[in-house]
Amino acid sequence: MEKSDLKVKVLGTWSSPFVMRARIALNMKSVNYEFLQERLWEGKSERLLKSNPVHKKVPVLIHGDKLICESLIIVEYIDEVWPSAPSILHSDPNERAIARFWAAYLDDKWFPSMRSIGFARGEDEKKAAIAEFEKGLVLLEKAFGNCRKGKPFFGGDQIGYLDIAFGCFLGWLRVTETTSGIKLLSEAKTPALINWAHRFCSDAAVKDVMPDTEKLAEFAKMIASKRRGEAPPKS
Amino acid sequence: MTINLNVETCSPRISASIYGNRLCILSSTSKAMAEVKLHGFWASPFSHRVIWALKIKGVDYEYIEEDLPNKSELLLKYNPVYKKIPVLVHGGNPIAESLIILEYIDETWPHNPLLPSDPYEKAMARFWIQFVADKGSIFRSFLLSTSGEDQEKVAKDVLEALKIIEEKGLGDKKFFGGDTINLVDISYGVLAYWFKNMEEAIDIKVLEPTTLPRLSRWAQNFMEVPVIRENIPDRDKMLAYMRRMREKTVAQQLNK
Repeated sequence: MEKSDLKVKVLGTWSSPFVMRARIALNMKSVNYEFLQERLWEGKSERLLKSNPVHKKVPVLIHGDKLICESLIIVEYIDEVWPSAPSILHSDPNERAIARFWAAYLDDKWFPSMRSIGFARGEDEKKAAIAEFEKGLVLLEKAFGNCRKGKPFFGGDQIGYLDIAFGCFLGWLRVTETTSGIKLLSEAKTPALINWAHRFCSDAAVKDVMPDTEKLAEFAKMIASKRRGEAPPKS
Repeated sequence: MTINLNVETCSPRISASIYGNRLCILSSTSKAMAEVKLHGFWASPFSHRVIWALKIKGVDYEYIEEDLPNKSELLLKYNPVYKKIPVLVHGGNPIAESLIILEYIDETWPHNPLLPSDPYEKAMARFWIQFVADKGSIFRSFLLSTSGEDQEKVAKDVLEALKIIEEKGLGDKKFFGGDTINLVDISYGVLAYWFKNMEEAIDIKVLEPTTLPRLSRWAQNFMEVPVIRENIPDRDKMLAYMRRMREKTVAQQLNK
């Protein structure tokens, strides 16, 4: 049997940006997959612990009998196993290095700085967290200007690796805007990224897996109250 | 040391740098032949990853030693986001972050491949490379932890990580790459040399043949590979440097 014909499953949650990356990549390649949803707020299932014993995290891509973990590694794997168009990564090593650099920056620095806004205690801490986060956005606006070379996406005419790596965070960015009361992507500071965000969310490979902002905000509230040990809200 | 930035002659395809300035115009045919420079630091394991990969590929390069407390203008221009070494500059285009540089080297000079060609095996290699990157902070804490209680906890965390690496990453293989070293081994060089020196500097042993036999054997085999053995910092200089770093941290803690 051809490798690319083996059964594909994604172990994850609808709310995780990292899981979204895997699903967008599979959608781009028109690969059918079964979405196995974990209920992480109830604890980690046997299935998850068996599939990712080292990190115990989602997403896990299950391809035949193979288990692949870590969202960006999964995206590269998908691009290699299903090499037909559209390509997710650029063929040029320098372009690939640039995309990987910014994807690592997003995971190591930028997304943690966004989470800090949510965890900030008091106005001063919140202001500092937002300032730090906005510095990152300015860098990303500049990087977008250089990577896109006049095209609609980081990847050019179509979404690519860096669009996926970045765009998956848009749902949580919108929730953070709602809860903090501050516009983080703005016409004034990030005009190009605002338009890119609309285009990304409308993409055929993205729109069915991008979570609805209100639903995500409700979910965030539920998780926060669980963390505080409160009783779940009456539905 | 004088550093000359050579600008290649114009040709069709433009390679923009990460940081916005189009530093150089390179044609794909002249790419592999274009000038290679490495900004590094003698004591850095991250610098050495790049040196080893370039040497294995037989790529000629100019090495520029950076004085970390006084970073060069060029370094700050090439890596404005992190302002760190190593930075590889190829035909005038900078690439930062050692692990990203490693994949770039393997893709640009594809002879002597340093990653498996099978997508699953490649994904597993990348997984283990990412694992050691994620554990970087606990190795640093291991060197710099001062109180007995902190040291004990960090040593325990390190042992746990090393056991996972030995059991699930290396297994019974001679090298992560099989019979010869690959990018995974290169990434783990930090354990074989730097971590062993940290143990010496603070007099706490974790990576031992009794507790981690396969990983200990791997470390020994790795250090005996000629390209590694011939491109490693002087041990006495390294130990002195680590001890100085620790003393500085201890002094800072006492002044708090």
